[in-house]
Amino acid sequence: MSDGARARILERLAAARPKSPAISDFAVVARKQWAAEARYPRLRFLMEAVHSEFLEATEAGWPLAIREFLAEEGLSTLLYGPGTAAAGRLEAAWAAGTRPSLVAYDRPIESEDLKRRLFEDIDAGFTTTRGGIADTGGLILWPTPDEPRLLSLVPPVHIALLDSRSIHNTFWEAMRVEGWASGMPPNALLISGPSKTADIEQTLAYGVHGPKRLLVVAILPES
Amino acid sequence: MPVEPGSHRFRDAASSALKDPGLRANFRRAMDGLISKRAAQFADPVEWRDLKRLGSAIRARSLARLPELLERLEGRCLGNGIQVRWAETTEDANRIVLEILRSHGATRVVKGKSMVSEEMHLNEFLEEHGVESLESDLGEYIIQLDGETPSHIIMPAIHKNRQQIARLLGEKIRGARYTEDIDELTGIARRVLRKKFFEADAGISGVNFAVAETGTLCLVENEGNGRMSTHVPPVHIALMGLEKVVENLEDVPPLYSLLTRSATGQSITTYFNMITRPRTEAEKDGPLAVYLVILDNGRSRIFEDPELAATLRCIRCGACMNHCPVYTRVGGHAYESTYPGPIGKILAPQTDGVGARHDLVEASSLCGACGEVCPVGIPIPELIVRLRQEAAQPEPGSTVRGAGTGGSRGESLAWRLWAKSHRHPVLYRLLGLTATRLRRFIPGRLPVLAAWTSARSTPRPAARTLHELAKSAGVADE
Ligand code: SF4
Repeated sequence: MSDGARARILERLAAARPKSPAISDFAVVARKQWAAEARYPRLRFLMEAVHSEFLEATEAGWPLAIREFLAEEGLSTLLYGPGTAAAGRLEAAWAAGTRPSLVAYDRPIESEDLKRRLFEDIDAGFTTTRGGIADTGGLILWPTPDEPRLLSLVPPVHIALLDSRSIHNTFWEAMRVEGWASGMPPNALLISGPSKTADIEQTLAYGVHGPKRLLVVAILPES
Repeated sequence: MPVEPGSHRFRDAASSALKDPGLRANFRRAMDGLISKRAAQFADPVEWRDLKRLGSAIRARSLARLPELLERLEGRCLGNGIQVRWAETTEDANRIVLEILRSHGATRVVKGKSMVSEEMHLNEFLEEHGVESLESDLGEYIIQLDGETPSHIIMPAIHKNRQQIARLLGEKIRGARYTEDIDELTGIARRVLRKKFFEADAGISGVNFAVAETGTLCLVENEGNGRMSTHVPPVHIALMGLEKVVENLEDVPPLYSLLTRSATGQSITTYFNMITRPRTEAEKDGPLAVYLVILDNGRSRIFEDPELAATLRCIRCGACMNHCPVYTRVGGHAYESTYPGPIGKILAPQTDGVGARHDLVEASSLCGACGEVCPVGIPIPELIVRLRQEAAQPEPGSTVRGAGTGGSRGESLAWRLWAKSHRHPVLYRLLGLTATRLRRFIPGRLPVLAAWTSARSTPRPAARTLHELAKSAGVADE
């Protein structure tokens, strides 16, 4: 059925003579530019406006900063994906003591009772980011086998590590400069804040399905 | 849904909606908010002009190459491990979805927001076949609980206020107490739905843009329910109308920007989700199987007409309804079509027939607001006029469904008389003289203009015709 449908649909479409379009002029997107040092403050300002939280740290100090944040906020479990360089740094920071507990997302979601733990027990999920977007605010995430998709979605708090020097002017620029079109990952995401809805009387409510809080841990250059 | 020719459904539904002050207040408040948020986003008129031009050009280019791009999209998806199915009708699409679900033994489905699934009446169909299909977008969840359809394409529960929602959740959800606190109401839904995401055998979503170049399905959302529906269950089925394809990945950012800014006045949504593959071998989560169902449902027919094909540029932002004076007053349900407001006025008559949905073609004051705000430059008012013509006097060779079945007899008689009088000078003068000389005898309420004169005074011709005035002013004839 589907094959016949395919042929008939394509045949009907091919028979039509659509109008030829105007040239697509991307100048309006290309001219959105900010000085390198202005991008991070702009991203932070825009993301805070949609309830993202920021924790600024140095390259050397961010793992401990996260650990302190968890302790202060009373969050007792952090799920992370082992295998990345950032994960190695986290593990090192946890070498002295086990609280709050650091849980590795190191097996398929179906294994044992990982899915249930993910939905019920885990307080926070940690991911790295690929960069950010100055124009609108927002983080770029490419989940990988090391950093699975649900890390940034299911736990009530998402902690995202951002290098403040990796911020592009626009989404358009990011995908062009990095050549996304020649190798899209299974899943790529932009995330600008915690989950929210305005479906009841246009009033914003945060934490409807995904994380209730998004903490951006921004690595600032030491100087 | 079969529709009676010459139906007055809209007029009847609109009259009852107009008598509901609560409903009108809900819409007025919401539309005012959306209008001002959008205006703030496009404060720079030059940027708006250029971005709208770019968005229009991208969508027009995608349509100009539609069959080729769909084939390319299919090829890419297959290469990426996404299976593709084609459906000519909503019945076919429903059957395809059911077959996929059965092949995976899936009986519990969570759904992200999808207007195509509303076209299909998918929830009812699945329920009839023993599959639980639960809406997970908060607005969609609320109206599903109440057995309703969306009244707005972006904000489906916009017609309800918090008291109504509080009563509904209090009654329908076990263990939920009555509360008007919006955070608490949201929390109640979160508790129910997280359990459902956890248990679901499959997730169903719509598609905002499908990229032919890379085979990527893009989803725009704020809540995270779309990501939950597409990442947590082992099977993901994405539903798209065949017009949703764009050529290149770089076409996406400008359209995404136009969409979120026009729809809700946000410069970016919380999540932009780009899906290119099912879970790969090394990955630890994500769906093991992903399907893309491409639905026609009358779109290829719309595509046949070079002017009306512009209807298919739509990116479903809802700005045209937010700015429509008719929609704001009567709300979305009065249209009795999946897509309400101006986009519905040009879409439903083309899919269901211009005669059958002549009520919608007429439901416009042609104020032009929709055409102005449409971020992809669809000339909605012109298309409404074109469809009115197609209903009354179709162009020769018209491909419009139901062409020539919509004009009323009175209307066509009036136009015939008008045409005749303009061809015969004697008749024209006679009519002019009759109207001017007998003007005092025109009654206050005219039966032929009953609707018009019920709220306005009857138009009264001048004492002398323009010809007479011109002559007496010494303007030379001819
Ligand atoms: S017709 Fe234009 S304004 Fe209306 S929903 Fe579609 S894109 Fe938006």
